[in-house]
Amino acid sequence: MSAPKLYGIMAEFDSPEHLIEAVRRVREEGYQKIEAYTPFPVEGLAAALGYTHTGIPTLVLLGGIAGAIFGYGLQYWTMVIDYPLNIGGRPLHSWPAFIPSTFETTVLFAALTAVLGMLFMNGLPTPYHPVFNVPRFALASNDRFFLCVQARDPRFEPEATKNFLQTLKPREVSEVLP
Amino acid sequence: MSSEAPLIGPGHTYGTVTDKISAIVLTRKTSLRFLLGLGLAFSLVMLLFVSVAALFIWGIGIWGVNIPVAWGFAIVNFVWWIGIGHAGTLISAILLLLRQEWRTSINRFAEAMTLFAVACAGLFPILHLGRPQYFYWLVPYPNTMNVWPQFRSPLVWDFFAISTYATVSLLFWYIGLIPDLATLRDRAKRPFAKIVYGIFALGWRGSALHWHRYQMAYLLLAGLATPLVVSVHTIVSFDFAVAQVPGWHVTIFPPYFVAGAIFSGFAMVLTLAIPLRKIYGLEDFITARHLDNMAKVLLGTGLIVAYGYFMEHFMGWYSGNPYEMFVTHNRETGPYAITFWLLILCNVLVPQLLWLRSIRTSVAALFVISLIVNVGMWMERFVIVITSLHRDFLPSSWDMYYPTFWDIATYAGTIGLFLTLFLLFIRLLPVISIFEMRELVSEHENSAETKA
Repeated sequence: MSAPKLYGIMAEFDSPEHLIEAVRRVREEGYQKIEAYTPFPVEGLAAALGYTHTGIPTLVLLGGIAGAIFGYGLQYWTMVIDYPLNIGGRPLHSWPAFIPSTFETTVLFAALTAVLGMLFMNGLPTPYHPVFNVPRFALASNDRFFLCVQARDPRFEPEATKNFLQTLKPREVSEVLP
Repeated sequence: MSSEAPLIGPGHTYGTVTDKISAIVLTRKTSLRFLLGLGLAFSLVMLLFVSVAALFIWGIGIWGVNIPVAWGFAIVNFVWWIGIGHAGTLISAILLLLRQEWRTSINRFAEAMTLFAVACAGLFPILHLGRPQYFYWLVPYPNTMNVWPQFRSPLVWDFFAISTYATVSLLFWYIGLIPDLATLRDRAKRPFAKIVYGIFALGWRGSALHWHRYQMAYLLLAGLATPLVVSVHTIVSFDFAVAQVPGWHVTIFPPYFVAGAIFSGFAMVLTLAIPLRKIYGLEDFITARHLDNMAKVLLGTGLIVAYGYFMEHFMGWYSGNPYEMFVTHNRETGPYAITFWLLILCNVLVPQLLWLRSIRTSVAALFVISLIVNVGMWMERFVIVITSLHRDFLPSSWDMYYPTFWDIATYAGTIGLFLTLFLLFIRLLPVISIFEMRELVSEHENSAETKA
């Protein structure tokens, strides 16, 4: 077997509880480059994998602030500096009238940042990914829960890792070709 | 919680939920009934094409609008559609933040309904411009004319609000769809379907790290959409309230418009959900409890709307302003009195039936009431737009507004467009969020275990 060519080794579980337990055991064993795949967001799984901050809230806040500055700045510049127009004798810088559009651009920029930021951080769109080489992985979007130990993990050894995953009582263990 | 009816039929697992919802799209044969419905809806779309072509050729003189009633059916329909569009975001965003689990099985198609309703709404102001080819002048872009949009005008605010709302609704809907598109990609048998769903699923693989970020982004999007949905109809109401016309120039408009929007949106959700669950056998997912809850929201927002009508009339009298007093009086007894009393019947009196549990649990009664509320909310916009304009300050400039064939054809056409898009959505995408239903199954299993 051409061992170094593997992407990793994958175990398949029946229930989210089973998967969380397996993640805990795998991490205790010292593996770091692991990833779990589930058909829906599982509560407690992120904590078990040691994920903490996503960084998305800060990004969205910055996006919102940028949107507010852009919206208000656009109105100030066009209405006061570039194209001053007397509307019913109101001051050129009639700020209350600029608030609705400013609010809308704030929300628009923040929402776009949330979505595009999330997709970008997740590396989506991903045209190709090795995990899809496992035929049973199609069930990851249905009713099965997967755990993959990647070959780039320093502790990864094809046979040993495979045997270890077998002890977690998975339904199946498969090799993931790159 | 335990005394209430469950949100999902008994015996469902992750697998059965996936099978049942994805089967509607992937394995179910396109029935004759579906094609018939689509044909009917699409013939109305063709009527819309003809009406719009006629409008482009002959101009808005083919509509019944005149001076003083410069805002006819176009604006009535615009406000009606945009109001319907509000329930989708409300269900998806506000009910998500309030942790109302029952939103799960209705949010997807309510969001789709929002998108299609906003698409229909967006057509009207553009068609109403008279020179629709210049609609892009509303966009602030550097141009050779050296002019900018007038940002102190509610009509420009409206442009920003509607375009932001359409964009954010689309993002919200699409983000919710990505994991389900991945399910369809993995389950589709035909290569073409697999490729198309695969492209739109963006390579989603359900990675825990991705879910972690996904949930945060979704939550933030819900938090952003919540004030947005309130702002949109508030700004639509500013189109009226900022003007001087008696009957429009009132401070109650923003909250009363928002409540009216939710009211009409929930009515439309019921109108769509009841046939949908029946035809596609989704009674296990859209349960009696869902219908009951939606009926309660309908009742609650209906009462706010009724309070709005009452306040409008009270302020008309209390202001002591003769023009305001005249407008209220003219609504009740003038030439358009019939629309006002229909509005009271449809929006105030009929919804009171929803106090009765027997009505809220009767599917047929709910369906009829939802249709009546849809009619009533259309009447409300007609009363606001037309009765306020047709008799304003100077009796010498009073006039009547009568819709023409083209007014009605355009309106019917947008209903066709809405139904066509909705039918195509039912056929091509999962009408219920599959991954959120799996989550619900998981939660129910956990609560069952702790009880045992």
